Amino acid sequence: MNANEILETIEMIDNEDLDVRTITMGVSLLDCAGPDPDAAAGRVYDKICRYAENLVRTGEDISRQYGIPIINKRISVTPIALVAGACPGASPVRFAQALDRAAHTVGVNFIGGYSALVQKGFGPGDYALIESIPEALSGTELVCSSVNVGSTKAGINMDAVEKMGRIVRQTAELTADRDCIGAAKLVVFCNAPEDNPFMAGAFHGPGEPDCVVNVGVSGPGVVRAAIKKSGAGLSLTEIAELVKRTAFKITRMGQLVAQEASRRLSVPFGIVDLSLAPTPAIGDSVAYILEAMGLEQCGAHGTTAALALLNDAVKKGGVMASSSVGGLSGAFIPVTEDAGMIAAARSGCLSLSKLEAMTAVCSVGLDMIVIPGDATAEIISGIIADEAAIGMVNSKTTAVRVIPAIGKQAGEELDFGGLLGQGPVMPVNTASPAAFIHRGGKIPAPLQSLKN
Amino acid sequence: MIKGEKAVITVIGKDMVGILARVSHMCAQSGVNVLEVTQSILQDLFAMVMLVDMAGAKTDVAALSEQMDALGGELGLKIHVMHEDIFNSMHRI
Repeated sequence: MNANEILETIEMIDNEDLDVRTITMGVSLLDCAGPDPDAAAGRVYDKICRYAENLVRTGEDISRQYGIPIINKRISVTPIALVAGACPGASPVRFAQALDRAAHTVGVNFIGGYSALVQKGFGPGDYALIESIPEALSGTELVCSSVNVGSTKAGINMDAVEKMGRIVRQTAELTADRDCIGAAKLVVFCNAPEDNPFMAGAFHGPGEPDCVVNVGVSGPGVVRAAIKKSGAGLSLTEIAELVKRTAFKITRMGQLVAQEASRRLSVPFGIVDLSLAPTPAIGDSVAYILEAMGLEQCGAHGTTAALALLNDAVKKGGVMASSSVGGLSGAFIPVTEDAGMIAAARSGCLSLSKLEAMTAVCSVGLDMIVIPGDATAEIISGIIADEAAIGMVNSKTTAVRVIPAIGKQAGEELDFGGLLGQGPVMPVNTASPAAFIHRGGKIPAPLQSLKN
Repeated sequence: MIKGEKAVITVIGKDMVGILARVSHMCAQSGVNVLEVTQSILQDLFAMVMLVDMAGAKTDVAALSEQMDALGGELGLKIHVMHEDIFNSMHRI
């Protein structure tokens, strides 16, 4: 063994915020469905508690034995619309309550999957679930919700987009006394991955096995430190190589933890998601990586190009380090969870339009963005439609997680605390898209050739 | 702890008399066999890397890590105990 390599690893953990961000257990609830809603909710609670009984303790044991921080232990479940669809007429909120109770019982910090997949239309249970999201998220603490409204193969369901603008707003209104936190637990997707371990968009897709362990690694601080140490002399080709090498090391650690967790829990290993997920901790920021590459501040012209390089290099380095890569994999750009993004949004250097452009090349989409409280449901639907269109045309996952700051205007701030962070209200374009949104219908799936 | 598994102890901090003695004494008390030690001193900064065998140990990596943490706090040093697999997987293909 080489002492320098050992000290490099110690330095990454001690000073550069290297961690395994989450071990997420995916649990299928398809076998819990049934015509009696209360009995079904009881089976949901029992199954999650049975499968995830040892999840938190196992995560802590691995963390202690290997000496690496494992920040979150979480659960993702089958989209609840598929389960709740078996009991028509009953409110699906009871399933949200069962998920919340189960999450508290087993000690995880989030449970995802209060979800519906409606990219091509609404199935049984989908309408009721979507309408119940504001109540479900305001009445529970740990439940996260997501709705997939579009895909490259199916196009965009604009009826769902119209609905979701209103649902996002209502969710914020119902939690206005808690900094509108409900909307921070709600994601609207296009091309949602079925094995994503990261919240709030995690759910256990219908094509997944009964139970699976997915691991999300992180480490923006490590990448930033590597670029910073390399100095100003490197070309962008060399920067890309450096990011690849760093991503490789980070992902190897995630792979090790994933295999060990899978062995100890006797649950199959699913995927490693090699995402650069920032935290509000100073230094653990994707924006700072872009700035270390040479931008004065994140949001400057050149930001999209720098992010494209970063996103691609992270994947290339990570793919070789793991036997199975999946989830979102790439660079996240959540504004309120990233110290550099918060600073750039406060100074006005980073705008919503620039963020939208960045989502065409980053791993997900418009994430954790606080918008003015008077933004109408139609404006939010317009933001969702734009973002879904970028995902649909570019065959990538995009998402919208915006938080309408009820009663607040541009310049004021919301503070969610913890990993969700804090951030300023960012101005939106107030011209109305209402007539376009209310047309409803679908945007047809795009052509996959003649790509110009 | 499975027989034959190894751990890496790293000690980083300000150099002083008796660091190696204190750390290896604690290993001996726990029945941890020291296989290899490398150390370097850059200006005043002391960095030591110790490869140890946990096969005959009366303790596991997690418990040893807690003891070393306490010792590190007492001496004003950072002491980490980590399973060797971490380094093997991160730095070897």
